[in-house]
Amino acid sequence: MLLDIIIVLSIMILGIGIGLFIGNRPKIIKVVGVLTSFAIFLLLFLLGIGVGTNDKIIKNLHSIGLQALVLTLGAILGSLICAWATYKFFFKTGK
Amino acid sequence: MKGSLIILSFFVLGLILGLTRFLPTTLLEGNFSIYALYLLMFLVGIGIGTDRDSWKVIKQVNIKIILVPLSVIVGSLIGVSAVSVFLSNINFGEAMAVGAGFGYYSLSSVMITEFHGETLGVIALLSNIIREILTLLATPLFVRYFGKLAGIASGGATAMDTTMPIIVQYSGKEYAIIAVFSGIVLTILVPVIVPLILQFL
Repeated sequence: MLLDIIIVLSIMILGIGIGLFIGNRPKIIKVVGVLTSFAIFLLLFLLGIGVGTNDKIIKNLHSIGLQALVLTLGAILGSLICAWATYKFFFKTGK
Repeated sequence: MKGSLIILSFFVLGLILGLTRFLPTTLLEGNFSIYALYLLMFLVGIGIGTDRDSWKVIKQVNIKIILVPLSVIVGSLIGVSAVSVFLSNINFGEAMAVGAGFGYYSLSSVMITEFHGETLGVIALLSNIIREILTLLATPLFVRYFGKLAGIASGGATAMDTTMPIIVQYSGKEYAIIAVFSGIVLTILVPVIVPLILQFL
């Protein structure tokens, strides 16, 4: 798994390097944007197939949804509290 | 929002095809989603590299602004860890991997699916979509009780695009640049932090 992660990150860094090299060429940037969307569509489509054929997930879908909601509330509330402290101590006084 | 619906509909289409088994077996047995992930990461990289405006924003930033995405990272990870106590099926690290999506549901769910498992991948997908939706719906409320950085914090990685309009509307135009900066930093960090957390599971 570590190898997979290293491969994925290396590929992204390679992409960033090529991106910096390409620079500001609107046509290429547009094509890359469209291709990115398609890659995301394809991956989510495949994830959907994986989920649909996975009985364990399908049987527990309501519980999975609930877990997702609880995690989201935790993430948002934690972020809000930290951002409130940051705002109070670093941003508000400066204005 | 429109983008999310399109993405979600692709997921649902796959789901229906999977449920009905209306598929050629090669599609089920082939492990080519990892290659699709490679392609996506390559494209995401090029996207980041060519985005001159983002680099400009990052360059002109002062120390204070860095605290904003940092707050989102620390707050999200502590928040999900805290609520994971109530979830018997999800351990500490799994919760953190989901939280580290910061709203970037497409990439985080795909990475978690590939590197950990489909169930957690689906949780990440739903959780991070809910994060975007709640931000769109509740930013006025958040800003009232948690200050002007609240929408940016709640939006996470989405603060640079989908949730930006609502953030600017309720926190003011002067927060647009902070929203974009925070969103960019988090977007870049998602593919780094998520696998890093999964590595320690």
